[in-house]
Amino acid sequence: MGEVLVLVDQVDGAVRKVTTELLTLARRLGTPAAVWAGPGYSDGAAATLAEFGAATVYVADGAAFADHPVAPKAELLAQLVAEKAPTAVLIASSAEGKEVAGRLAVKAASGVITDAVDISTDLVATQSVFGGSTVVHSQVTAGTPIFTVRGNSVAPEAAPAAATRADVSVALSDAATKAKVTGRTVAVKGGRPDLTEAAIVVSGGRGVGGPEGFSVIEGLADVLGAAVGASRAATDAGWYPHQFQVGQTGKTVSPQLYVANGISGAIQHRAGMQTSKTIVVVNKDPEAPIFELADFGVVGDLFTVVPQLTAEIAKRAQ
Amino acid sequence: MKIAVCVKQVPDTWAEKTLQAGDSTLDREGPEGVMNEIDEYAVEEALQLVEAHGGDVTVVTMGPVKAAETVRKALSMGAEAGVHLLDDGLHGSDALATSYALAEVLKDRGFDLVIFGSESTDARMSVVPAMVAERLGWAQATFAQKVEVSGDTVITHRVSETGFDTVEAPTPAVISVVEKINEPRYPSFKGIMAAKKKPVETLSIGDAGLDASRLGLSAAWTTVADFAARPPKAAGTVVTDEGDGGVKIADFLSEQKFI
Repeated sequence: MGEVLVLVDQVDGAVRKVTTELLTLARRLGTPAAVWAGPGYSDGAAATLAEFGAATVYVADGAAFADHPVAPKAELLAQLVAEKAPTAVLIASSAEGKEVAGRLAVKAASGVITDAVDISTDLVATQSVFGGSTVVHSQVTAGTPIFTVRGNSVAPEAAPAAATRADVSVALSDAATKAKVTGRTVAVKGGRPDLTEAAIVVSGGRGVGGPEGFSVIEGLADVLGAAVGASRAATDAGWYPHQFQVGQTGKTVSPQLYVANGISGAIQHRAGMQTSKTIVVVNKDPEAPIFELADFGVVGDLFTVVPQLTAEIAKRAQ
Repeated sequence: MKIAVCVKQVPDTWAEKTLQAGDSTLDREGPEGVMNEIDEYAVEEALQLVEAHGGDVTVVTMGPVKAAETVRKALSMGAEAGVHLLDDGLHGSDALATSYALAEVLKDRGFDLVIFGSESTDARMSVVPAMVAERLGWAQATFAQKVEVSGDTVITHRVSETGFDTVEAPTPAVISVVEKINEPRYPSFKGIMAAKKKPVETLSIGDAGLDASRLGLSAAWTTVADFAARPPKAAGTVVTDEGDGGVKIADFLSEQKFI
Protein backbone atom coordinates (compact mmCIF):
# COMPACT_ATOMS: atom_id res chain seq x y z
CA MET A 1 0.00 0.00 0.00
CA GLY A 2 1.16 3.52 -0.76
CA GLU A 3 1.83 6.27 1.72
CA VAL A 4 -0.93 8.54 2.92
CA LEU A 5 0.40 11.93 3.99
CA VAL A 6 -1.21 13.45 7.08
CA LEU A 7 -0.36 17.09 7.81
CA VAL A 8 0.03 17.34 11.59
CA ASP A 9 -2.23 19.96 13.15
CA GLN A 10 -0.36 21.22 16.20
CA VAL A 11 -0.44 24.15 18.60
CA ASP A 12 2.96 25.11 20.03
CA GLY A 13 4.29 21.61 19.49
CA ALA A 14 1.28 19.78 20.96
CA VAL A 15 -0.43 17.43 18.50
CA ARG A 16 -4.14 18.22 18.24
CA LYS A 17 -6.68 15.44 18.56
CA VAL A 18 -7.83 15.80 14.94
CA THR A 19 -4.40 14.56 13.83
CA THR A 20 -4.96 11.26 15.67
CA GLU A 21 -8.30 11.00 13.86
CA LEU A 22 -6.63 11.62 10.48
CA LEU A 23 -3.97 8.98 11.20
CA THR A 24 -6.71 6.50 12.11
CA LEU A 25 -8.47 7.26 8.84
CA ALA A 26 -5.21 7.16 6.86
CA ARG A 27 -4.55 3.57 8.00
CA ARG A 28 -7.64 2.53 6.08
CA LEU A 29 -6.23 4.02 2.86
CA GLY A 30 -2.56 3.06 3.06
CA THR A 31 0.50 3.54 5.24
CA PRO A 32 0.24 6.75 7.26
CA ALA A 33 3.13 9.19 7.05
CA ALA A 34 2.83 12.27 9.24
CA VAL A 35 4.15 15.61 8.01
CA TRP A 36 5.41 17.98 10.67
CA ALA A 37 5.80 21.62 9.63
CA GLY A 38 7.33 24.08 12.06
CA PRO A 39 9.55 24.25 15.11
CA GLY A 40 8.91 22.28 18.28
CA TYR A 41 8.97 18.65 17.14
CA SER A 42 9.50 16.73 20.38
CA ASP A 43 9.64 13.20 21.76
CA GLY A 44 6.13 13.76 23.08
CA ALA A 45 4.82 14.65 19.65
CA ALA A 46 6.66 11.68 18.13
CA ALA A 47 5.14 9.37 20.73
CA THR A 48 1.60 10.53 19.88
CA LEU A 49 2.17 10.13 16.14
CA ALA A 50 3.68 6.66 16.72
CA GLU A 51 0.79 5.61 18.95
CA PHE A 52 -1.75 6.37 16.22
CA GLY A 53 0.11 4.64 13.44
CA ALA A 54 2.52 6.99 11.68
CA ALA A 55 5.14 4.74 10.06
CA THR A 56 7.19 7.78 9.07
CA VAL A 57 7.27 11.38 10.19
CA TYR A 58 8.56 13.86 7.64
CA VAL A 59 9.92 16.73 9.70
CA ALA A 60 10.46 20.23 8.33
CA ASP A 61 11.16 22.22 11.47
CA GLY A 62 12.09 25.60 10.01
CA ALA A 63 10.76 28.73 11.70
CA ALA A 64 9.29 29.82 8.34
CA PHE A 65 6.40 27.41 8.77
CA ALA A 66 5.29 29.29 11.87
CA ASP A 67 6.27 32.76 10.65
CA HIS A 68 4.32 32.71 7.38
CA PRO A 69 0.73 31.48 7.14
CA VAL A 70 -0.49 28.74 4.81
CA ALA A 71 1.79 28.97 1.75
CA PRO A 72 4.98 27.35 3.17
CA LYS A 73 3.02 24.30 4.32
CA ALA A 74 1.53 23.96 0.84
CA GLU A 75 5.02 24.10 -0.71
CA LEU A 76 6.31 21.45 1.70
CA LEU A 77 3.40 19.13 0.89
CA ALA A 78 3.77 19.78 -2.86
CA GLN A 79 7.42 18.76 -2.65
CA LEU A 80 6.52 15.57 -0.75
CA VAL A 81 3.73 14.76 -3.21
CA ALA A 82 6.20 15.08 -6.08
CA GLU A 83 8.89 12.99 -4.33
CA LYS A 84 6.81 10.29 -2.65
CA ALA A 85 3.81 9.96 -4.98
CA PRO A 86 1.45 9.27 -2.06
CA THR A 87 -1.97 7.63 -2.38
CA ALA A 88 -3.65 10.66 -0.82
CA VAL A 89 -3.08 13.70 1.39
CA LEU A 90 -5.20 14.29 4.50
CA ILE A 91 -5.43 17.68 6.21
CA ALA A 92 -7.66 18.90 9.05
CA SER A 93 -10.67 20.98 7.95
CA SER A 94 -9.62 24.07 9.87
CA ALA A 95 -9.54 27.47 8.14
CA GLU A 96 -5.79 27.14 7.63
CA GLY A 97 -6.02 23.45 6.73
CA LYS A 98 -8.50 24.14 3.94
CA GLU A 99 -6.33 26.96 2.57
CA VAL A 100 -3.23 24.74 2.62
CA ALA A 101 -5.24 22.10 0.73
CA GLY A 102 -6.37 24.71 -1.81
CA ARG A 103 -2.86 25.96 -2.56
CA LEU A 104 -1.54 22.40 -2.66
CA ALA A 105 -4.24 21.46 -5.18
CA VAL A 106 -3.05 24.25 -7.50
CA LYS A 107 0.63 23.34 -7.07
CA ALA A 108 0.16 19.58 -7.43
CA ALA A 109 -2.49 19.87 -10.18
CA SER A 110 -4.79 17.72 -8.08
CA GLY A 111 -8.43 17.69 -7.15
CA VAL A 112 -9.42 18.65 -3.60
CA ILE A 113 -12.42 17.71 -1.48
CA THR A 114 -13.03 19.70 1.70
CA ASP A 115 -14.97 18.88 4.87
CA ALA A 116 -15.07 15.13 4.35
CA VAL A 117 -16.66 13.27 7.25
CA ASP A 118 -15.52 9.88 5.99
CA ILE A 119 -13.30 8.37 3.28
CA SER A 120 -13.72 4.81 2.03
CA THR A 121 -10.89 2.44 1.11
CA ASP A 122 -11.45 3.27 -2.57
CA LEU A 123 -11.05 7.00 -1.80
CA VAL A 124 -14.71 8.00 -2.01
CA ALA A 125 -15.32 10.88 0.37
CA THR A 126 -18.56 11.46 2.25
CA GLN A 127 -19.58 15.08 2.81
CA SER A 128 -22.52 16.46 4.71
CA VAL A 129 -23.59 19.64 2.92
CA PHE A 130 -26.26 22.38 3.07
CA GLY A 131 -26.40 22.32 6.83
CA GLY A 132 -26.43 18.54 7.00
CA SER A 133 -29.52 18.21 4.80
CA THR A 134 -27.72 16.39 1.96
CA VAL A 135 -25.12 13.62 2.00
CA VAL A 136 -22.74 13.63 -0.98
CA HIS A 137 -20.25 10.99 -2.07
CA SER A 138 -17.48 12.28 -4.30
CA GLN A 139 -14.08 11.43 -5.68
CA VAL A 140 -10.99 13.18 -6.91
CA THR A 141 -10.38 12.43 -10.59
CA ALA A 142 -7.06 14.18 -11.24
CA GLY A 143 -3.66 14.13 -9.60
CA THR A 144 -3.12 13.07 -5.99
CA PRO A 145 -6.40 13.12 -4.05
CA ILE A 146 -6.36 15.85 -1.39
CA PHE A 147 -8.93 15.69 1.40
CA THR A 148 -9.64 17.93 4.33
CA VAL A 149 -11.46 16.06 7.09
CA ARG A 150 -13.70 17.52 9.78
CA GLY A 151 -12.76 17.02 13.40
CA ASN A 152 -14.74 14.44 15.39
CA SER A 153 -15.67 12.53 12.23
CA VAL A 154 -13.60 9.46 13.08
CA ALA A 155 -12.96 7.92 16.49
CA PRO A 156 -9.19 7.83 17.02
CA GLU A 157 -7.83 4.31 17.57
CA ALA A 158 -4.28 3.54 18.61
CA ALA A 159 -2.21 1.21 16.38
CA PRO A 160 1.45 1.70 17.27
CA ALA A 161 3.98 2.18 14.49
CA ALA A 162 7.60 3.30 14.27
CA ALA A 163 7.20 7.01 13.51
CA THR A 164 10.66 6.97 11.95
CA ARG A 165 11.90 10.51 11.58
CA ALA A 166 12.89 11.69 8.11
CA ASP A 167 14.07 15.26 7.89
CA VAL A 168 12.94 17.25 4.88
CA SER A 169 14.45 20.47 3.63
CA VAL A 170 12.45 22.80 1.46
CA ALA A 171 13.61 25.87 -0.40
CA LEU A 172 10.60 28.13 0.01
CA SER A 173 9.71 30.51 -2.79
CA ASP A 174 9.59 34.27 -2.34
CA ALA A 175 5.86 34.19 -2.97
CA ALA A 176 5.33 31.81 -0.04
CA THR A 177 7.05 34.10 2.45
CA LYS A 178 5.54 37.46 1.48
CA ALA A 179 2.91 37.47 4.23
CA LYS A 180 4.49 37.43 7.69
CA VAL A 181 3.02 36.74 11.12
CA THR A 182 4.24 39.57 13.36
CA GLY A 183 2.21 38.82 16.46
CA ARG A 184 -0.11 36.29 18.05
CA THR A 185 -2.97 37.25 20.32
CA VAL A 186 -4.54 34.48 22.35
CA ALA A 187 -8.07 35.09 23.53
CA VAL A 188 -8.79 34.09 27.10
CA LYS A 189 -9.79 30.45 27.00
CA GLY A 190 -10.67 29.74 30.61
CA GLY A 191 -9.38 26.18 30.38
CA ARG A 192 -12.28 24.86 28.29
CA PRO A 193 -11.72 22.49 25.39
CA ASP A 194 -11.56 23.84 21.85
CA LEU A 195 -14.99 24.27 20.32
CA THR A 196 -14.27 22.24 17.19
CA GLU A 197 -12.56 19.40 19.10
CA ALA A 198 -14.83 19.12 22.14
CA ALA A 199 -16.81 15.93 22.73
CA ILE A 200 -19.56 18.03 24.33
CA VAL A 201 -20.67 21.56 23.38
CA VAL A 202 -23.10 23.66 25.42
CA SER A 203 -24.48 26.65 23.52
CA GLY A 204 -26.57 29.70 24.26
CA GLY A 205 -28.64 31.90 21.99
CA ARG A 206 -31.04 34.80 22.02
CA GLY A 207 -32.90 33.29 24.98
CA VAL A 208 -29.85 33.81 27.18
CA GLY A 209 -30.86 37.47 27.16
CA GLY A 210 -27.49 39.16 27.70
CA PRO A 211 -23.79 38.69 28.45
CA GLU A 212 -24.40 37.93 32.13
CA GLY A 213 -26.77 35.10 31.17
CA PHE A 214 -23.85 33.18 29.69
CA SER A 215 -22.61 32.39 33.21
CA VAL A 216 -25.46 29.84 33.36
CA ILE A 217 -24.29 28.29 30.06
CA GLU A 218 -20.67 28.24 31.24
CA GLY A 219 -21.69 26.64 34.53
CA LEU A 220 -23.29 23.71 32.72
CA ALA A 221 -20.36 23.47 30.28
CA ASP A 222 -17.89 23.24 33.15
CA VAL A 223 -19.63 20.38 34.97
CA LEU A 224 -19.74 18.50 31.67
CA GLY A 225 -16.15 19.36 30.67
CA ALA A 226 -17.67 20.93 27.59
CA ALA A 227 -16.83 23.77 25.23
CA VAL A 228 -19.15 26.80 25.12
CA GLY A 229 -20.77 27.86 21.85
CA ALA A 230 -23.14 30.66 20.90
CA SER A 231 -25.63 31.36 18.17
CA ARG A 232 -25.16 34.24 15.80
CA ALA A 233 -27.88 36.22 17.56
CA ALA A 234 -25.81 36.08 20.74
CA THR A 235 -22.46 36.92 19.14
CA ASP A 236 -23.90 39.70 16.95
CA ALA A 237 -25.40 41.25 20.06
CA GLY A 238 -21.95 41.18 21.65
CA TRP A 239 -23.03 38.86 24.48
CA TYR A 240 -20.32 36.31 23.75
CA PRO A 241 -17.08 36.50 21.73
CA HIS A 242 -17.36 35.93 18.02
CA GLN A 243 -14.90 33.01 17.86
CA PHE A 244 -17.43 30.87 19.73
CA GLN A 245 -20.14 31.28 17.12
CA VAL A 246 -21.57 28.01 15.83
CA GLY A 247 -23.36 28.18 12.50
CA GLN A 248 -23.27 28.76 8.79
CA THR A 249 -20.96 31.75 9.13
CA GLY A 250 -19.18 30.47 12.24
CA LYS A 251 -17.70 27.16 13.36
CA THR A 252 -19.08 23.81 12.31
CA VAL A 253 -19.13 21.35 15.19
CA SER A 254 -20.00 17.68 15.34
CA PRO A 255 -19.66 16.65 18.98
CA GLN A 256 -21.01 13.55 20.72
CA LEU A 257 -23.41 15.78 22.65
CA TYR A 258 -24.74 19.25 21.80
CA VAL A 259 -26.87 21.12 24.32
CA ALA A 260 -28.75 24.06 22.75
CA ASN A 261 -30.15 26.58 25.22
CA GLY A 262 -32.42 29.43 24.19
CA ILE A 263 -31.61 28.83 20.51
CA SER A 264 -34.51 28.84 18.05
CA GLY A 265 -32.72 26.74 15.43
CA ALA A 266 -32.64 28.92 12.32
CA ILE A 267 -30.86 27.37 9.34
CA GLN A 268 -27.94 29.70 10.13
CA HIS A 269 -27.36 27.80 13.39
CA ARG A 270 -28.44 24.32 12.31
CA ALA A 271 -25.86 24.37 9.53
CA GLY A 272 -23.15 24.43 12.18
CA MET A 273 -24.39 21.72 14.54
CA GLN A 274 -26.90 19.48 12.79
CA THR A 275 -24.51 16.54 12.54
CA SER A 276 -23.97 16.37 16.32
CA LYS A 277 -24.53 12.78 17.46
CA THR A 278 -26.92 13.57 20.34
CA ILE A 279 -28.80 16.85 20.71
CA VAL A 280 -30.49 18.18 23.85
CA VAL A 281 -32.63 21.30 23.66
CA VAL A 282 -33.94 23.73 26.26
CA ASN A 283 -36.23 26.44 24.92
CA LYS A 284 -39.33 28.12 26.27
CA ASP A 285 -40.98 28.22 22.82
CA PRO A 286 -42.49 24.81 22.03
CA GLU A 287 -42.67 25.84 18.34
CA ALA A 288 -38.91 26.50 18.05
CA PRO A 289 -37.59 24.54 15.04
CA ILE A 290 -34.58 23.36 17.06
CA PHE A 291 -36.91 20.82 18.74
CA GLU A 292 -37.07 18.97 15.38
CA LEU A 293 -33.43 18.03 15.93
CA ALA A 294 -33.75 17.17 19.61
CA ASP A 295 -33.10 13.69 20.93
CA PHE A 296 -34.34 15.08 24.22
CA GLY A 297 -35.98 18.47 24.68
CA VAL A 298 -37.46 20.44 27.55
CA VAL A 299 -39.92 23.25 26.94
CA GLY A 300 -39.11 25.61 29.77
CA ASP A 301 -37.16 28.58 31.05
CA LEU A 302 -33.46 27.94 30.66
CA PHE A 303 -32.76 30.00 33.79
CA THR A 304 -34.52 27.39 35.93
CA VAL A 305 -33.88 24.23 33.88
CA VAL A 306 -30.15 24.71 33.22
CA PRO A 307 -29.07 25.55 36.81
CA GLN A 308 -31.11 22.57 38.04
CA LEU A 309 -29.39 20.34 35.47
CA THR A 310 -25.97 21.70 36.45
CA ALA A 311 -26.64 21.04 40.15
CA GLU A 312 -28.02 17.58 39.41
CA ILE A 313 -24.93 16.58 37.37
CA ALA A 314 -22.64 17.90 40.12
CA LYS A 315 -24.64 15.94 42.73
CA ARG A 316 -24.51 12.69 40.75
CA ALA A 317 -20.79 13.10 40.15
CA GLN A 318 -20.11 12.93 43.89
CA MET B 1 -5.42 52.43 -4.20
CA LYS B 2 -7.11 50.15 -6.68
CA ILE B 3 -9.18 47.44 -5.07
CA ALA B 4 -11.06 44.52 -6.60
CA VAL B 5 -13.76 42.77 -4.63
CA CYS B 6 -14.77 39.29 -5.76
CA VAL B 7 -18.41 38.53 -5.03
CA LYS B 8 -20.60 35.51 -5.62
CA GLN B 9 -24.31 35.19 -6.03
CA VAL B 10 -25.66 32.31 -3.94
CA PRO B 11 -29.12 30.92 -3.21
CA ASP B 12 -30.80 32.93 -0.47
CA THR B 13 -29.39 31.91 2.92
CA TRP B 14 -32.85 30.93 4.10
CA ALA B 15 -33.77 28.94 1.00
CA GLU B 16 -33.53 25.18 0.84
CA LYS B 17 -30.52 24.30 -1.29
CA THR B 18 -30.70 21.26 -3.56
CA LEU B 19 -28.44 19.46 -6.00
CA GLN B 20 -29.81 18.77 -9.49
CA ALA B 21 -30.34 15.15 -10.51
CA GLY B 22 -28.70 15.52 -13.94
CA ASP B 23 -25.21 16.82 -13.20
CA SER B 24 -25.16 17.02 -9.38
CA THR B 25 -24.60 20.78 -9.46
CA LEU B 26 -26.35 23.25 -7.19
CA ASP B 27 -29.72 24.51 -8.38
CA ARG B 28 -29.01 28.23 -8.85
CA GLU B 29 -32.15 29.02 -10.83
CA GLY B 30 -34.85 27.90 -8.38
CA PRO B 31 -34.20 29.85 -5.21
CA GLU B 32 -33.87 33.61 -5.17
CA GLY B 33 -30.24 34.66 -5.58
CA VAL B 34 -28.55 37.04 -3.17
CA MET B 35 -25.04 38.35 -2.75
CA ASN B 36 -23.15 35.87 -0.57
CA GLU B 37 -23.52 37.45 2.83
CA ILE B 38 -19.84 37.68 3.78
CA ASP B 39 -19.10 39.29 0.39
CA GLU B 40 -21.12 42.32 1.54
CA TYR B 41 -18.53 42.75 4.30
CA ALA B 42 -15.79 42.50 1.67
CA VAL B 43 -17.42 45.26 -0.40
CA GLU B 44 -17.85 47.40 2.72
CA GLU B 45 -14.20 46.94 3.73
CA ALA B 46 -13.04 47.95 0.24
CA LEU B 47 -15.24 51.06 0.33
CA GLN B 48 -13.92 52.03 3.75
CA LEU B 49 -10.31 51.59 2.63
CA VAL B 50 -10.91 53.76 -0.43
CA GLU B 51 -12.68 56.39 1.68
CA ALA B 52 -9.62 56.50 3.96
CA HIS B 53 -6.84 56.21 1.37
CA GLY B 54 -8.39 57.23 -1.96
CA GLY B 55 -8.73 55.04 -5.03
CA ASP B 56 -11.56 53.03 -6.47
CA VAL B 57 -13.35 49.71 -6.13
CA THR B 58 -14.12 47.27 -8.94
CA VAL B 59 -16.47 44.40 -8.25
CA VAL B 60 -15.79 41.12 -10.02
CA THR B 61 -18.11 38.14 -10.31
CA MET B 62 -18.40 34.88 -12.22
CA GLY B 63 -21.84 33.38 -12.61
CA PRO B 64 -25.01 33.07 -14.66
CA VAL B 65 -27.00 36.00 -16.10
CA LYS B 66 -28.79 36.78 -12.87
CA ALA B 67 -25.45 37.17 -11.03
CA ALA B 68 -25.49 40.66 -12.61
CA GLU B 69 -27.93 41.59 -9.79
CA THR B 70 -25.14 41.00 -7.31
CA VAL B 71 -22.73 43.19 -9.28
CA ARG B 72 -25.41 45.89 -9.35
CA LYS B 73 -25.88 45.65 -5.60
CA ALA B 74 -22.15 46.20 -5.00
CA LEU B 75 -22.27 49.18 -7.38
CA SER B 76 -25.21 50.61 -5.47
CA MET B 77 -23.21 50.30 -2.24
CA GLY B 78 -20.51 52.46 -3.87
CA ALA B 79 -18.20 50.38 -6.07
CA GLU B 80 -17.20 52.23 -9.26
CA ALA B 81 -17.25 49.52 -11.91
CA GLY B 82 -18.07 45.88 -12.45
CA VAL B 83 -16.70 42.88 -14.30
CA HIS B 84 -19.01 39.94 -14.95
CA LEU B 85 -17.51 36.73 -16.26
CA LEU B 86 -20.50 35.16 -18.01
CA ASP B 87 -20.38 32.10 -20.24
CA ASP B 88 -22.30 28.81 -20.41
CA GLY B 89 -18.92 27.09 -20.49
CA LEU B 90 -18.33 28.18 -16.89
CA HIS B 91 -21.24 26.16 -15.50
CA GLY B 92 -20.08 23.53 -13.03
CA SER B 93 -16.58 24.96 -12.63
CA ASP B 94 -14.91 23.70 -9.47
CA ALA B 95 -12.82 25.83 -7.10
CA LEU B 96 -9.66 25.21 -9.14
CA ALA B 97 -11.30 26.36 -12.37
CA THR B 98 -12.94 29.32 -10.63
CA SER B 99 -9.62 30.43 -9.18
CA TYR B 100 -7.97 30.10 -12.58
CA ALA B 101 -10.60 32.25 -14.27
CA LEU B 102 -10.59 34.90 -11.53
CA ALA B 103 -6.80 35.07 -11.39
CA GLU B 104 -6.63 35.60 -15.16
CA VAL B 105 -9.20 38.39 -15.01
CA LEU B 106 -7.52 40.04 -12.02
CA LYS B 107 -3.86 39.80 -12.90
CA ASP B 108 -3.13 42.64 -15.30
CA ARG B 109 -5.49 45.34 -14.09
CA GLY B 110 -3.16 47.03 -11.63
CA PHE B 111 -5.02 46.11 -8.45
CA ASP B 112 -3.28 46.68 -5.13
CA LEU B 113 -5.71 44.52 -3.20
CA VAL B 114 -8.19 41.81 -4.06
CA ILE B 115 -10.75 41.25 -1.32
CA PHE B 116 -13.00 38.21 -0.92
CA GLY B 117 -15.53 37.09 1.68
CA SER B 118 -13.99 34.23 3.64
CA GLU B 119 -16.49 31.61 2.49
CA SER B 120 -19.67 31.21 0.47
CA THR B 121 -22.82 29.93 2.11
CA ASP B 122 -23.35 27.36 -0.66
CA ALA B 123 -20.06 25.52 -1.27
CA ARG B 124 -18.40 26.56 2.00
CA MET B 125 -14.96 25.46 0.86
CA SER B 126 -13.07 28.67 1.73
CA VAL B 127 -10.30 27.79 -0.72
CA VAL B 128 -10.74 30.18 -3.67
CA PRO B 129 -8.94 33.21 -2.12
CA ALA B 130 -5.90 31.05 -1.23
CA MET B 131 -5.93 29.48 -4.70
CA VAL B 132 -6.10 32.91 -6.38
CA ALA B 133 -3.16 34.13 -4.25
CA GLU B 134 -1.22 31.01 -5.23
CA ARG B 135 -1.92 31.53 -8.93
CA LEU B 136 -1.07 35.25 -8.87
CA GLY B 137 2.01 34.77 -6.70
CA TRP B 138 0.74 37.57 -4.47
CA ALA B 139 0.81 37.69 -0.69
CA GLN B 140 -2.13 36.01 1.03
CA ALA B 141 -3.68 37.69 4.08
CA THR B 142 -6.95 35.85 4.56
CA PHE B 143 -9.59 35.36 7.29
CA ALA B 144 -9.10 38.97 8.37
CA GLN B 145 -11.18 40.43 11.16
CA LYS B 146 -9.32 43.74 10.73
CA VAL B 147 -7.53 45.31 7.77
CA GLU B 148 -5.23 48.35 7.82
CA VAL B 149 -3.18 49.77 5.00
CA SER B 150 0.05 51.67 5.55
CA GLY B 151 1.86 52.67 2.35
CA ASP B 152 2.62 49.48 0.44
CA THR B 153 1.90 47.24 3.42
CA VAL B 154 -1.37 45.71 4.48
CA ILE B 155 -1.74 44.64 8.10
CA THR B 156 -4.49 42.21 9.01
CA HIS B 157 -5.73 40.37 12.05
CA ARG B 158 -6.12 36.79 10.89
CA VAL B 159 -8.62 34.77 12.94
CA SER B 160 -6.85 31.77 14.50
CA GLU B 161 -8.11 28.79 16.47
CA THR B 162 -7.13 30.54 19.69
CA GLY B 163 -7.57 34.26 18.94
CA PHE B 164 -5.91 36.14 16.10
CA ASP B 165 -2.52 36.51 14.41
CA THR B 166 -1.25 39.85 13.15
CA VAL B 167 -0.15 39.34 9.54
CA GLU B 168 1.77 41.89 7.50
CA ALA B 169 1.97 41.61 3.74
CA PRO B 170 3.22 43.75 0.86
CA THR B 171 0.76 44.81 -1.82
CA PRO B 172 -0.47 43.52 -4.17
CA ALA B 173 -2.19 41.10 -1.81
CA VAL B 174 -5.21 38.83 -1.68
CA ILE B 175 -7.38 39.31 1.38
CA SER B 176 -10.44 37.55 2.68
CA VAL B 177 -12.58 38.99 5.45
CA VAL B 178 -14.83 37.48 8.11
CA GLU B 179 -18.16 38.96 9.04
CA LYS B 180 -17.11 40.59 12.30
CA ILE B 181 -14.89 43.06 10.42
CA ASN B 182 -17.50 45.78 9.85
CA GLU B 183 -21.20 46.53 9.39
CA PRO B 184 -22.08 46.65 5.67
CA ARG B 185 -23.99 49.73 4.55
CA TYR B 186 -27.39 49.54 2.91
CA PRO B 187 -27.48 51.00 -0.60
CA SER B 188 -29.07 54.46 -0.53
CA PHE B 189 -31.71 55.48 -3.08
CA LYS B 190 -29.09 57.77 -4.63
CA GLY B 191 -26.66 54.86 -4.73
CA ILE B 192 -29.17 52.61 -6.43
CA MET B 193 -29.90 55.25 -9.07
CA ALA B 194 -26.19 55.96 -9.64
CA ALA B 195 -25.45 52.24 -9.99
CA LYS B 196 -27.61 52.05 -13.11
CA LYS B 197 -25.12 54.30 -14.93
CA LYS B 198 -21.94 52.62 -13.74
CA PRO B 199 -19.95 50.54 -16.26
CA VAL B 200 -20.14 46.76 -16.15
CA GLU B 201 -17.84 44.79 -18.43
CA THR B 202 -19.38 41.44 -19.39
CA LEU B 203 -16.71 38.99 -20.50
CA SER B 204 -17.09 35.61 -22.18
CA ILE B 205 -14.44 32.90 -21.86
CA GLY B 206 -12.99 34.11 -25.15
CA ASP B 207 -13.12 37.81 -24.24
CA ALA B 208 -11.15 37.08 -21.08
CA GLY B 209 -8.56 35.05 -22.98
CA LEU B 210 -9.30 31.91 -20.95
CA ASP B 211 -8.64 28.32 -21.95
CA ALA B 212 -12.13 26.79 -22.20
CA SER B 213 -10.78 23.28 -21.66
CA ARG B 214 -9.86 24.21 -18.06
CA LEU B 215 -13.37 25.41 -17.21
CA GLY B 216 -16.82 24.00 -16.53
CA LEU B 217 -18.12 20.71 -15.20
CA SER B 218 -16.18 18.53 -17.66
CA ALA B 219 -12.89 20.05 -16.48
CA ALA B 220 -13.63 19.54 -12.76
CA TRP B 221 -11.04 17.47 -10.90
CA THR B 222 -13.61 16.03 -8.56
CA THR B 223 -16.79 14.20 -9.39
CA VAL B 224 -19.96 13.50 -7.42
CA ALA B 225 -20.68 9.76 -7.36
CA ASP B 226 -24.10 10.14 -5.76
CA PHE B 227 -26.03 12.27 -3.30
CA ALA B 228 -29.12 11.87 -1.18
CA ALA B 229 -31.21 13.84 1.24
CA ARG B 230 -30.14 13.03 4.76
CA PRO B 231 -32.72 10.71 6.32
CA PRO B 232 -34.88 12.73 8.71
CA LYS B 233 -33.87 12.39 12.30
CA ALA B 234 -36.10 10.10 14.35
CA ALA B 235 -38.32 12.20 16.57
CA GLY B 236 -36.90 12.62 20.05
CA THR B 237 -38.64 13.07 23.35
CA VAL B 238 -39.84 16.56 24.22
CA VAL B 239 -41.30 17.29 27.65
CA THR B 240 -42.65 20.45 29.25
CA ASP B 241 -40.85 21.61 32.37
CA GLU B 242 -42.90 20.97 35.46
CA GLY B 243 -40.22 21.94 37.91
CA ASP B 244 -38.08 18.90 37.20
CA GLY B 245 -36.88 19.63 33.62
CA GLY B 246 -33.23 19.77 34.65
CA VAL B 247 -33.48 16.44 36.49
CA LYS B 248 -35.13 14.85 33.46
CA ILE B 249 -32.28 15.96 31.22
CA ALA B 250 -29.81 14.56 33.77
CA ASP B 251 -31.71 11.24 33.62
CA PHE B 252 -31.46 11.25 29.82
CA LEU B 253 -27.74 12.09 29.89
CA SER B 254 -27.22 9.31 32.41
CA GLU B 255 -29.06 6.78 30.22
CA GLN B 256 -26.88 7.86 27.29
CA LYS B 257 -23.80 7.49 29.52
CA PHE B 258 -22.72 11.13 29.19
CA ILE B 259 -22.67 11.47 32.98
